Amino acid sequence: MKLSFSAEDEQFRQEVATWLQQNLTGEFAKLRFRGGPGDEHMYPEERKRWEQKLAEGGWTCIGWPTEYGGRGCSIEQQVIFNEEYARAGAPGHVGHIGEGLAGPTIIAFGSEEQKQKYLPGIVAGTELWCQGYSEPGAGSDLANVKTRARFDEEKGKWIINGQKVWTSLAHESDYIFVIARTDPDSVAHKGLGFFLMKMDQPGIDVRGIEQITGTCEFNEVFFDDAECDAGDIVGAPGDGWKVAMGLLGFERGVSTLGQQMQFQNELNQVIEIARRNGAAKNPAIRQRLAKAHTELKIMRYNSMRMLSGQGGSDGSLQKEALIYKLFWATWHRTMGELAMDVLGPESQVLEGGPYELSRLQAMYLFVRSDTIYGGTNEIQKNIIAERGLGMPKEPRVAAK
Amino acid sequence: MDFAFTDEQLMIRDTAQAFLAEVSDSAAVRAAMVSEHGFDAELWQRICADMYWQAIHIPEQYGGMGLGYVELVAMVEQMGRFLLCSPFFSTVCLATNALLVAGTEEQKTRYLPRICEGMTATLAHTGAAAGQFGGQWHAEAVEATVTRDGDDYMLSGELRYVVDGGSAELLIVAAREPGSCGTDGISLFVVPADTLGINRQILPTMDQTRKLANISLDRVRVPPTALMGEPGQAWPQLQTIINLATVALAAEQMGGAQQVMDITVEYTKERTQFNRPIASFQAIKHKAADMMTQVEVARSGVYYAACVAQEALTGGELAGELNEAASVAKSYCSDVYFSNAGEAIQMHGGVGFTWEYDVHLYFKRAKASEHLLGNGDYHRERLAAMLLDGEVA
Repeated sequence: MKLSFSAEDEQFRQEVATWLQQNLTGEFAKLRFRGGPGDEHMYPEERKRWEQKLAEGGWTCIGWPTEYGGRGCSIEQQVIFNEEYARAGAPGHVGHIGEGLAGPTIIAFGSEEQKQKYLPGIVAGTELWCQGYSEPGAGSDLANVKTRARFDEEKGKWIINGQKVWTSLAHESDYIFVIARTDPDSVAHKGLGFFLMKMDQPGIDVRGIEQITGTCEFNEVFFDDAECDAGDIVGAPGDGWKVAMGLLGFERGVSTLGQQMQFQNELNQVIEIARRNGAAKNPAIRQRLAKAHTELKIMRYNSMRMLSGQGGSDGSLQKEALIYKLFWATWHRTMGELAMDVLGPESQVLEGGPYELSRLQAMYLFVRSDTIYGGTNEIQKNIIAERGLGMPKEPRVAAK
Repeated sequence: MDFAFTDEQLMIRDTAQAFLAEVSDSAAVRAAMVSEHGFDAELWQRICADMYWQAIHIPEQYGGMGLGYVELVAMVEQMGRFLLCSPFFSTVCLATNALLVAGTEEQKTRYLPRICEGMTATLAHTGAAAGQFGGQWHAEAVEATVTRDGDDYMLSGELRYVVDGGSAELLIVAAREPGSCGTDGISLFVVPADTLGINRQILPTMDQTRKLANISLDRVRVPPTALMGEPGQAWPQLQTIINLATVALAAEQMGGAQQVMDITVEYTKERTQFNRPIASFQAIKHKAADMMTQVEVARSGVYYAACVAQEALTGGELAGELNEAASVAKSYCSDVYFSNAGEAIQMHGGVGFTWEYDVHLYFKRAKASEHLLGNGDYHRERLAAMLLDGEVA
């Protein structure tokens, strides 16, 4: 076991830190520590320009192969970049769905034409993406997709009808990738297609969902005879589920250490408050803060194991990776509660009217979604029990 | 960065697992735990002669294998899984660490080769004060006293919760100058257990798989050569020794938490109710998923602490993290082992409550290990002091 990074990697770390220090200035200075989960509605225009600034420095898509405009960085270097990015307080990355999901999917499963058409905009930070998976009737049961796609021979295009929901950044995005049913008689994960669609068209309507925080990061997206070019289906009709799930198994967790750096910033802020208002002298609060600290440390060590692990030969997740979502989401939710309890009655007083939340108040409310989106805690536990421990699935109830 | 076992470390782990599965099955554990000293002397001889585990991290110059703390932890994890009844923890994780950290060259040369030959030893540092406030294991728990008599030292007082204190052949004793308190005035001594004035009493304990003893010191005369390091200055070394043992104990707990989960998951796959294996019910699966989640992150915490412990022994750059890493690992593993063992009884249903099934052995060992060297609350308070105390800027 070796815990340190190589001298070369440490030099890379210095390069990243220096660039961020020199560029997170001027109009971007106010973006420090902004735009993360629960705060994604803040400074959208400035953050789009920041995305292009990153691209100019060559700091977008650093893990992609160089032939697609990436930097071909090693896992270690990607980890370092994410750590330094979070340490510097650089803002929530509006391009992350393109860089982390759409792009890698296109690289792995897309046609040469799709690669030429879409990858450069992601690398340049000029074209933003959102993800169209969940639907009102397809939450935990994600394969129960009802959105339909039919091929119109006359127009030579796919015509999409239906609704997606919980689509973050939809109102800021240029493109959306959508799973929709290409075979109307199919059920579950069979008969789906994976489509790349332009957002700015008459058949697509975006409506914000006002959340528990009073702000709108998530949206509903309605498709009413929306069009998708014939060449913009990834894989064949019927391959949609395979394409959508394909990348999950190869997720090695390079962003996890950066995410933990944000968690550390939150914990540090709460500790600072506890020391100032005297909560740090309360034995029950001391226990809870020490537990939060312990679990955040262990979360970091777990990520280091994940990143060092080889994964299964089929790309399957090792046990330490399988449990990660459940662990961090639960930790973060508990952190939100602890933040309010350290603040005491002051936690209930807002920054201003009518409903202006402080960062910690917004965090406390927003983290209730952490244990729901991307697979609820309950779904995560089913996956862990079935894949990690080989326990049998619940018997299925036949569809009516 | 490569936070994974090397091939050699994997081999050590797998060898330990295979050997222990053979020699430390349920019948063997149950036979050993009702014996006077709590272990099978023949098996200990076999471990010492054939496996040479007791010598794992003793440097080669003293006859040891010269391996590190990561290798030690990989082995101890397996001992925890199989509830091995042996003087390994006391001899290697307590006494050997004490000799390595605080021993004079003469003491190392004299005693480490004997430990390599199979001599048993332990650390006796706590008095009854260790039982106060729900358990405290820092300097305040050192209560035995030391006075000078000519060139010799005289040791007096009661030592409590001494692991394998009834059987160890060599004792590392902590004592303080009369009237001193806290971290001041503490000295460490190497004392053969048959020295005149030492009286030992094995304590009957709820967990039968590890024996504790009371040791009373009645004006025990030891020569100046028994003193480890400088008189009255031993706290920093003793703290390091306790931290190192704490890391090993956390590894043992993590192994136990893993095994009690594995046993339970297997049981739920076989046990049928309502015409289904109970493992297919979400109420059971979700408990099992929580168990696995906790064990996996516990494992990450333990392996990290093992790397830190290794650097603490060799003076590496992570040495300064030892207090923190030990408390992180021990607080987390203490809670995880107990919670997994408790859920294991629940998931077994009625048979989990019987003497016949092994679950109670883990349940009892979990609580005993939790309270040895500080439970979760104790270690979290230790972390809280590091995080929260001191001047507000």
